Amino acid sequence: MIYLDLFWTFFKIGLFTFGGGYAMLPLIQAAVADHGWLSTEALLNFVAVSESTPGPFAVNIATYIGSEMGGIPGAACATLGVALPSFLIILIVARCYERFRASRIVSGVMTGLKPAVIGLIGSAILTMGSAVLFPGGFTAAVFTTLSFWVTVVIFAVVAVLAFKKVHPILLICLSAVLGIAAGYLLL
Amino acid sequence: MEEKRGRSQLLPLFLTFFKIGAFTFGGGYAMIPLIQRETVESRKWITDEDVLEIIAIAESTPGPIAINSATFVGSRVAGMAGAACATLGVILPSFVIILIVAKLLDAFQHLRAVQYAFFGIRAGVLALILKAFWNMYKKCPKGLVSYCIAAGSFLLAAILKVNVLVVILCCALAGLVTSLVRAGREKK
Repeated sequence: MIYLDLFWTFFKIGLFTFGGGYAMLPLIQAAVADHGWLSTEALLNFVAVSESTPGPFAVNIATYIGSEMGGIPGAACATLGVALPSFLIILIVARCYERFRASRIVSGVMTGLKPAVIGLIGSAILTMGSAVLFPGGFTAAVFTTLSFWVTVVIFAVVAVLAFKKVHPILLICLSAVLGIAAGYLLL
Repeated sequence: MEEKRGRSQLLPLFLTFFKIGAFTFGGGYAMIPLIQRETVESRKWITDEDVLEIIAIAESTPGPIAINSATFVGSRVAGMAGAACATLGVILPSFVIILIVAKLLDAFQHLRAVQYAFFGIRAGVLALILKAFWNMYKKCPKGLVSYCIAAGSFLLAAILKVNVLVVILCCALAGLVTSLVRAGREKK
């Protein structure tokens, strides 16, 4: 049952991601790989789409994967799944905020979760990086291909500009233009 | 009396959060300034202190900040129904836009120019994710326990291929145990 599967998978993603945004990436990447819902390349393509459309990444990716797998009902199930844990938890926390904030258990759990997200995103970057740099698997022959070096150059240019605080949407446009130019001129 | 006032706010809640959902790109903390302007300055539903409270809560509860803050403001103004209206409002623009985008992607994905564009975009997005990773690292508290947990979760997920949910639960437990032990020692 795809609808239930979408709902439950995204419910777990919504329940276990703290910090929002890219903190969700490791869970989403693991979920789509386990289910065979999306390739790593398609996921990265969609990260760019999500950066360039309004709304939170979690809702965007849930709607996208849901609609690819089960049309509009699938999109509704996945989006409901990702939103429901936050909704329920905030309804409770809003009532007992003072106790929640002073809770030693909450702050203890958070001292574990903050660095955990760092390690998990590091792991996701490793998986995604190898999918981008070595799309056909890692062999020594990769280093002689032009597309590998074009990828390295685009990555380096965007990384430098990103650290100079150029807006992400501009950088996505730039990498698209560089990709098209390299594709027609070099590859 | 209070209930009545709350009910009249349901449509404004929906519309305000619809606007917030439709006009913030990138999500996350990028939404905070718009939420502040709409809910504190224009509608006077909450105060600036409440906004700080929302940020603190969003940091230690799961899920996207947009949904956390919509639910919080909605429930403050008009209880459960208010929370539902605000949350639906903040989700709906994304939902509709992405349904359209998904169709467009399916229709144009096979074009050579689009494939070349995404070839470049994947390299660029990898760099953007790396930047986000760096920002999160800077915000993360430093210290021996922190470094050990970060290294441990990386090893478990990347090398040993342990399920990500299991890794998160283990790290939460490790953080809880170390901070309780530390608190116990300070008491003595």
